[in-house]
This record gives sequence, C-alpha cells and structure tokens, in this order.
Amino acid sequence: MPVPALKAKDYKSGIKPVWCPGCGHFAVLAALTKAMAHLGLVKEDVAVVSGIGCSSRLPAYIDSYGFHGIHGRALAAASGLKAARPELTVVVAGGDGDGFSIGGNHFLHACRRNMDMTYIVMDNEVYGMTKGQASPTTRPTWRNSKMTPHGTGIPRFNPAAIALAAGAGFIARGYSGEPSEMTRLLVEAIEYPGFAFVQVLSGCVTYRPDQRGWKEVVHPFINDVPTEDRIKAAQIIQADDGKATGVIYASPYPVWQPENEKETELALLEEEFSL
Amino acid sequence: MNNENKVSQTTGSFSVAITGSGGSGAVTAGRIVLEAAAHCGYQGLMTRSAGPQIRGGESAAMVRFSADPVECMGDCYDLLVALDWLNIERFADEIPLSEKSLIICDPAAGEVPVQLRSNRAEIREVPFKVFASGLPEGRINMVALGAMAMVCGLPLEAMEASVSGVLQSKGEQVVESALRAMSLGYNHDRHPVNPPLPQVKKRSVWSITGNQACGVGALRGGVKFVAAYPITPASEMLEWLAPRLEKLGGSLLQAEDELASINMIIGASFGGVPSLTATSGPGLSLMVEGLGLALVSETPVTVVNVMRGGPSTGIPTKSEQADLDIALYGLHGDAPHLVFAPLSIRDCVFTTQWAVQLAEHLQTVSLVLSDQSLGQSQAIIEAPAANAIPWKRAIETEPDAAFMRYRITADKISPVTLPGTPGGMYTADGLEHNERGTPSSMASDHREQLNKRLLKLERFDYGDDWAEIEGDGDDCIITWGSTAGVVKEVARLLRQQGRAIRTISLRLLAPLQRQKLGQLIEGAERVLVVEQNHAGQLFRYLHAQAVLPEQAESLAQPGPLPLRPGRIIRALADSRVS
Repeated sequence: MPVPALKAKDYKSGIKPVWCPGCGHFAVLAALTKAMAHLGLVKEDVAVVSGIGCSSRLPAYIDSYGFHGIHGRALAAASGLKAARPELTVVVAGGDGDGFSIGGNHFLHACRRNMDMTYIVMDNEVYGMTKGQASPTTRPTWRNSKMTPHGTGIPRFNPAAIALAAGAGFIARGYSGEPSEMTRLLVEAIEYPGFAFVQVLSGCVTYRPDQRGWKEVVHPFINDVPTEDRIKAAQIIQADDGKATGVIYASPYPVWQPENEKETELALLEEEFSL
Repeated sequence: MNNENKVSQTTGSFSVAITGSGGSGAVTAGRIVLEAAAHCGYQGLMTRSAGPQIRGGESAAMVRFSADPVECMGDCYDLLVALDWLNIERFADEIPLSEKSLIICDPAAGEVPVQLRSNRAEIREVPFKVFASGLPEGRINMVALGAMAMVCGLPLEAMEASVSGVLQSKGEQVVESALRAMSLGYNHDRHPVNPPLPQVKKRSVWSITGNQACGVGALRGGVKFVAAYPITPASEMLEWLAPRLEKLGGSLLQAEDELASINMIIGASFGGVPSLTATSGPGLSLMVEGLGLALVSETPVTVVNVMRGGPSTGIPTKSEQADLDIALYGLHGDAPHLVFAPLSIRDCVFTTQWAVQLAEHLQTVSLVLSDQSLGQSQAIIEAPAANAIPWKRAIETEPDAAFMRYRITADKISPVTLPGTPGGMYTADGLEHNERGTPSSMASDHREQLNKRLLKLERFDYGDDWAEIEGDGDDCIITWGSTAGVVKEVARLLRQQGRAIRTISLRLLAPLQRQKLGQLIEGAERVLVVEQNHAGQLFRYLHAQAVLPEQAESLAQPGPLPLRPGRIIRALADSRVS
C-alpha cells in the first residue's frame, strides 16, 4: 500500500517556537517544511543541525532528527554527521552571528569542503537572543546597540562574496517576505549535490523594526541568474545591493565524502607491530 | 682496556643514550638497538629528545632494555654514544652519567666536553668518521651502532636482523652499507660489558609507540570516525590512524581547527558511529565547550590528550602530567565525565579501548590523558592480547510510542536512537531539557537530568581496572598515568632491599573510586603521591575528595625531565625521617 504523501504540516514537530510574533523565521520554518514535503523526504532520514541563536532553535520545530549544538559550530557537527552517515539529508540552520562571526572559520571550510548539505542562514543583521547587538552583517553606522554606541565602524561581512571565494558551488538569497520563492530556493539547495548556501533576509521585529522596510527594497536579480560562471557570479555579487533574491551561482563541484570500503581486519593490521 | 666496572647500573637492565646533531641518525640508531634487543628476547623502551627545530638541531635517543618489562628510564646511563658533540650541553640534564658509565665517541669530533669529563666516565674512542668514509654511503651512526652492540653484549646477528628490518624501506644498498659499517664498529674493540645481561628466550613481542598503541586501542574499541587538527605530540597517532581507519571502513577528517574536530566527532557520534579525536593541551583547551555539549546531549565521544609541557604553548616536544586539572575541572557547570590515564605504552591499548567503550555505554565524554613520554616513545612489549570488553551503546532500533530520549531509567542510562530510525526522532540539545529532549529551564527538569548524568557514572561498576595495585606494606605510593612505570620500578628496587611497599597507579581518575582507594591506603604509615607536574594536581584532587590521611606527602616534579627512581626513593627516605 502506498504511503500517503506527507504535507508540509506533517514535518512540523508541534513544539511552539520561542520566536517573537512577526519574526521572519516563522516563514523560513514554513518554507523548509514545504520544501521537505515537495521533495517527499523521509522524516527520519533528515537531520537538522544548528548552533545557538534565535534561528538555531529551528531543529526542534521540525519533525525529524535534530541536533541543537553550541554557538558557531553547527557546520562542524553537520560535517561530522554527514561524513559518518552520508545517506542522511543534512540541513544546517542558523543566524548571521552564529555563522559569520563565531562560526566564520567553519563557514569558510564548509564551503571549501563541499559536503552534500544545505546551509540556511537567517540573516537579520542583529544578535536577537542576547538582545540586540550588532552582527557581522550590521551596517557600520547602526547605533542602536549600547555595546557599540558609535556603530561598529567596520564594513559588513558579505556572505555571498565570501562563500564564492571560499569555493561554495551553490549560492542563493531569499527573503522571508517571499515564502514561495524561498521554498523554491530551498528545494534547489537540498537537491544540489554539494554544499548549498542560502542566505535568507529574515527580519527581526524586535531589535530591527526598520527591517519591516525590506519589503520595499527586496527585488529579484536584474542580471541573468543563476550563473555557472564564477567570474560573472563575482561581478554580480560585488555589484549587488544585498537585497536581490534568487539563486546567484550554481556550478557542479566535486563533492567531498569519505567513502571507504572495509577491506581488512584489525587483527591483520596489528601484525605490523610484531617483531 | 679494563671494563670490569662496566656493570649495568640499575640491576637487570642496560641503558644507552645516543646523541647527535640533526640528521646524524641518533634516533634511527636507537630504534635499531631497541629492536635488536627485542630479537634477543629483551623488552625495552626508547624515549627521544629533540629541540623545537623542525629540521636540524640536535636529537637524542635513550634506550633501555631488560629481561623484564621496561616502563621508565633508570637513574643513570651505562653508555653514552656521541655521534658528535654539537649542542651536547642541551642534553646534559637528560642523560645522567656516573664514573661507572662509558662514553663512546669519535676522536675526530673533537675533545670530550668538560661537563662530560667531570663525571669521570670512561671514554672509548672509535674512529666513526674514518670507518664510515671508507665505505660507499657509509654512515657514522652505523659504525657507532656496531661499537655499541659490542659494549651492550648484543650479538651481531640480532643487530643485522634489526638493521634489515628498520632500514628495509631505504633499499638494499643502504642496508648493505649499513651492515658493513656496523661490522667495522663491532670488531674495532671487542670488550663487552661484564657481566652482560642474562640471556632470555626470544618471545613474541610488539615494537610500538604510545601514540600507535592509543590508536590500536581506539580501533579495538570500535572507533570508526576521527576528526582532528595536527598538534605536537599527538599528530603521529592521527597519522597512524588515517590510512588504517580507511582500510577498516572508517575515516579520518582533518578539521580546520580543534573547535571543528570536537564538534565533528560529536556530529558523527550522534549519527551512531563511535568517534574520537586526539590532541594536546592547547587543543584540549579549545575543545572544552564541545565536551560540555557532548556530555549534556549525551553523545559519546573520546578525546585522547597527549600531554606536553604547559600552560599555553609551553614545551610542545616534551612531557608533563599537568593537564589533570583541566581534564577534571575544565568544563563549566556541573559536568561529570570520565577521565582515564594509561599507565604504560602497553596499557595505552587497553585504556583507550576501555575509555571508548565506556563513553559509548555511558553516553558520555571520555578523556584519556596520555603524554609525550608515552606517545612518542617506542617500546618493546609483550603483545597485548585482544580484550573482549562488553560495553557498547545500547541502541534502540524499534522504539515504541513511549520512547523518550532522555528518560530517567533505573541505571540512569537513557534509551538512544539513531537518525534513520522511524519513531525515534528527537533533537539532541546542549540546552537543558526534559525527558523528551524539549528545552526546559525548569528546576525539576534540571535537577533530574543533573542527577541522571551524575549517577549513571557514579553507580556504574568499573571492576578492578580502575587502578593497578601492587604489593602491600606500611609505605604507599599513589600515582597516575605514565609515572606508574617509575613508581613500580622504585617499589621493585625497595622490595629487593626487603622493604614492604604498596603502589597504587590510578587508571580511572574520574569518577574517583574513593571507597576502594580509601580502603587500600587505610592504616598506611606513609603515603606519597607522585606525579610529573608543578602544583601536585593529583595530590590536591585526592585531598579535595577526602581520601588522603593527614600525613600524606606530595612529590610533584614538573616536566620536562622524567622522574627517576632515585628521586622517589629520596623522597620516601625524607618522609621516613619526618
């Protein structure tokens, strides 16, 4: 008897999110479950891995296996899991502080390593869980945090440019206010064989009420995207205002995955020590 | 030449040190002597010492062999073979000589340095350079090896077998010229030590380093995934494991840093694959937050910490037992976990296997405190028999509707499922959680889970392997990890003098087996706690756990010099006076 197809709501765990009413992350959760339903993923064969932050609470809200680790280390935990269990669909979720600041080094190397997983960064340009500090993607003149009363004074981190430079083969940007586009992006990202990076502009209603204005400025890419051409992708990203959405770059790269067939027994290996 | 006095100075063993500038082949020569001794049926140990330079600089190989197991260096060297005199002063502290010692050197290398003459050791000159230059590809270390073999009483056949084994990969030509050079050195001055070591029957032995032995233990324990970042002195363990894990169907991933390596193995272990990393002090410091995550999410992992001189970058190439404090107390929060220390190179196999399997069974963190003196030393040991340790993770493959990942069970070990298992889905979490795994900051959930994580370790029966206990008597020495070797040697020496002494070498440091330890030292007149660090970390820990009697004393000597038997015997004598 064929199992009836799962609907998006079947992928929700039923645990009530800690997010503020109006938080952009609700839309990301909805889009992810829709993407999972669209792809017909078997729930128990999915692992959602995260670090720390508002967005990193997402794994518990999905009805699959989840791993809610420590701040900045989601990609590392996910890489270990994928290396050990390549048959699983691994989705990593987190925020801009988690991914680009404390976890920045893992971001670079996950792009390089190109293991088959999807990395969703819900970017709201602020640390929400610690109550409103500037993040790596905050503009340098934003003065609303007591911790940086003069603004950070340093340029923003450009996630797409850095992902491209570090060797990511799939780079996309979505917006929580465009849920159906986001679902499509996530479907493509999960289907992409390799490390797929999706930056989602997901506004923080509490600490960045100004982000309500995003709906006025978010727009599709005007260039032909996605491109397979690295140089063209770099040009698009450098010319971009950070508010264009769509798949920017998608190019097949060799996927790294340890694949080792057992070919001997330990007792035989131990013979090397015998004199 | 009169060699009447050249008896081995620690009865029943022979100790030789070979020194030379970088590239002179001191360590290769040491390895050949060690394995030649093995061909004669002896057991042995080779430690090495090198400066921080990557190439060049100076290096020394210290070899001791005996009919009995050798787990430490003695007080004095019977023989020093100086391939040259470059930077010899840097080793003066590490190679104690006496008037009973013999120095073999090449007159062409210049005068014997003053500080070596002052101990009045006898000097035998062998023209290494002249002999070597008369041969195609002749090497002075091989000439020296021949002279050394004659003095040690190792037969030429055993030396030849060892040379062929150790130099095999260098090709026939190299082996042949090495054998010719060695024979010249051997026949130059045919005066062996008198008396030589007792003859023993050749037996089946292993030649292995502590780092390799930890690797074997990891594989025996079922480890199939390793993620790690290179660090001295742990890298050789990783280099040994990488190709072998592959052949066994596992893998080693070189991570971008230690933060990644610990989290990668946590991820892999969450997937159900027994996982391990190896590092040294600075790397362990970076991993500590991850250890807390593994512990609270109850994801088993094992970390082998090959200790070196600390803190900070410290002395990366030399040994110290100074990471007990961080291993015991480094984690924030109430974070009970397992801490082990192998007691010898041979014991690295068992202890690592035990640590891996207990981490799996108890769903917790195992820290294994090896050190440079174990990790980078080569030993000839009786082959460690395969050990059938029963413990493993009890995985539920068909969870029922009542499945709760963090359920409070009778033995406090919660049921666990693996990704891919229908009906067993949960989110592992570093946030405190309830029995279902749902994050919770409620006092009752916190208390229940804290209790569970403590009691599953406290109530487990660790059997007799928590320590090695030898002897009985009014004097008692307690030690841990690698210094067990020298402590056991002290006890043997004292017993030969008719003194009754008990030694307790702790293999399981946490949870401390307080009751068993307390019973063993009850009524002891003298208790001496011996360790290789500055602060007396074990001594303070045992006091904090209220197991030591008031009169207990601490012998804490920091690295990098090894603790020698005489130092401990003196400490015991002092303690006797007070």
